[in-house]
Amino acid sequence: MKKYILDLTVVENTTPHPRYVLLKLTQEAPLPEMAPGQFAEIRIDGSKNTFLRRPISINYVDYAKNQIWFLVAKVGEGTQALAKVQPGETVNVVLPLGNGFTMPASPAQKILLVGGGVGTAPLLYFGKCIKEMGGEPTFLLGARSAGDLLELDMFRELGPVYTTTEDGSMGEKGFVTQHSILKEVRFDRISTCGPKPMMVSVARYAKTEGIACEVSLENKMACGVGACLCCVEGTAEGHKCVCKDGPVFDINDLLWQI
Amino acid sequence: MADLSVKIGSLELKNPVMTASGTFGYGKEFEDFVNLEEIGGIIVKGTTLNHREGNAYPRMVETPSGMLNCVGLQNKGVDYFCEHIYPEIKDINTNMIVNVSGSTVEDYVATAERINELEKIPAIELNISCPNVKSGGMAFGVTCEGASEVVRAVRKAYNKTLIVKLSPNVTDIASIAKAVEAEGADSVSLINTLMGMVIDIEKRTPMLSINTGGMSGPAVRPVAVRMVWQVAKAVGIPVIGLGGIMNAHDAIEFFMAGASAIEIGTANFIDPAVTVKVKNGINEWLDAHGCKSLSEIVGALKDY
Ligand SMILES: Cc1cc2nc3c(=O)[nH]c(=O)nc-3n(C[C@H](O)[C@H](O)[C@H](O)COP(=O)(O)OP(=O)(O)OC[C@H]3O[C@@H](n4cnc5c(N)ncnc54)[C@H](O)[C@@H]3O)c2cc1C
Ligand SMILES: Cc1cc2nc3c(=O)[nH]c(=O)nc-3n(C[C@H](O)[C@H](O)[C@H](O)COP(=O)(O)O)c2cc1C
Ligand code: FES
Repeated sequence: MKKYILDLTVVENTTPHPRYVLLKLTQEAPLPEMAPGQFAEIRIDGSKNTFLRRPISINYVDYAKNQIWFLVAKVGEGTQALAKVQPGETVNVVLPLGNGFTMPASPAQKILLVGGGVGTAPLLYFGKCIKEMGGEPTFLLGARSAGDLLELDMFRELGPVYTTTEDGSMGEKGFVTQHSILKEVRFDRISTCGPKPMMVSVARYAKTEGIACEVSLENKMACGVGACLCCVEGTAEGHKCVCKDGPVFDINDLLWQI
Repeated sequence: MADLSVKIGSLELKNPVMTASGTFGYGKEFEDFVNLEEIGGIIVKGTTLNHREGNAYPRMVETPSGMLNCVGLQNKGVDYFCEHIYPEIKDINTNMIVNVSGSTVEDYVATAERINELEKIPAIELNISCPNVKSGGMAFGVTCEGASEVVRAVRKAYNKTLIVKLSPNVTDIASIAKAVEAEGADSVSLINTLMGMVIDIEKRTPMLSINTGGMSGPAVRPVAVRMVWQVAKAVGIPVIGLGGIMNAHDAIEFFMAGASAIEIGTANFIDPAVTVKVKNGINEWLDAHGCKSLSEIVGALKDY
């Protein structure tokens, strides 16, 4: 897929949660083709001490409105500065980068999308793409508390949404891997993105059950295009670049202890 | 339109802008962003005799106006390069240059011999300055004897343009430059990365898997300009300057300090199209200052 350097204009910057912002961006020309699970490298001009771009997943693409969304967790100086951009300002992005999730082989395949924290971000666009091909994605989203589950209305438009919270304030109490839906439905594939401990336990579940499973990794990046070899993950075939060969990997290719 | 062409040994560059090894992959990674043919030369990833997996993750940490890396020369070895990568890049219409690394003199020689056979590779850049591998690499680049030994051996085995990339992690870079010039190097390029370290104070651990890494980016630029200036005064062969170049202004500093050509590394991560912008910016600056050719400003530094 061809990659672009674009100056996008901020349409909206909302705060769905004290620790997150949702940025909606557009440009005059139609946005390029992007696959779910791919990401952008965002240049953050208002950040004094950061210098490299920051990788952020493509949260959603609304081709009708020509908008791309990024859900950004404010963790350090770069993302905090990015969170301050105002409507009308421009943001320089390089996109679309990485491989993306595996699309279902047919609409009938039962795909489970498991997300935790800001890892739910790429699952929204993935769900949209599955729905557009005639399938119905199932979402299993986990968080500490009800207020930490974001964009739920959007997810619900695409397919059934199951949730777990650690404090029991929404959905089932506990972790995603403890949710009863996993006992009721046998899925053909699981795609997951979130904190590493969560992805490891999802991978463990999938492996035990013999279900195909892929995970989306967040290694630190410099170039984002497979040129610097900084972002590597160990795989059965040696070091691979998370930015180019990933961020999505089949769990059987990784050297994780699962 | 000023004359931007540069000659380094028998290597003819259409303009002085090259890409720094390890920051531009094999060129193809950037073809969506820039017309590769507009770049004077593309120096590809460090290549060694045998396959190397490189160091463990994490390999990168950001620093104020720069970064440290400890990639450790991950590459698939020279045979793989010749069989699989060379056919993919040989028809890119610019100078494709291979950065050659090793841990013994024999490794360097064997790798250079293999590259010598490749018709469309007009030059090698001998990396005697990688700070991120345990044996060799930088060990050769930090003493005049080590540098002389490896350059002497490679010079016998390699008959095209030989550029030697120098380490800044030394007390007197000019003496090393003179030593490699005496052994027949056609050019020297500098600087490779400066050894650095960042600590995670909560975990009380280094931020990089092998503790230290090589620093690059605009933070190192004043050190690089100073070293280019010292080396250019000391040697007669062309000097290639690099270290933290972000734009045409920075490049012109290097030319004035005595560099005949430049390389751009870390800046490619911030703007993947930076190379062509720098080339165009150099041309505009020369035009605006009434210079007919780049050579008019090389070493054109006046006393304060
Ligand atoms: C492919 C990919 C997709 C991503 N998608 C999103 C997304 O959609 N939304 C989002 O908010 N974030 C996403 N991230 C993570 C995001 O890139 C980091 O949070 C960001 O780079 C941190 O920058 P900073 O300057 O704010 O923090 P820094 O000052 O750089 O770091 C602050 C803290 O965050 C931690 N941190 C830094 N980088 C990462 C990282 N890559 N992953 C996890 N923790 C990190 C650091 O260890 C440190 O503790 C993604 C990362 C990758 C690699
Ligand atoms: C991620 C990374 C990988 C590098 N790999 C190599 C390499 O393989 N061989 C080499 O000679 N230099 C390597 N370098 C050093 C650069 O070529 C260059 O000398 C240095 O980064 C300074 O230039 P800059 O500040 O423009 O990046 C690497 C630098 C970076 C940042
Ligand atoms: S970030 Fe440079 S190779 Fe992945």
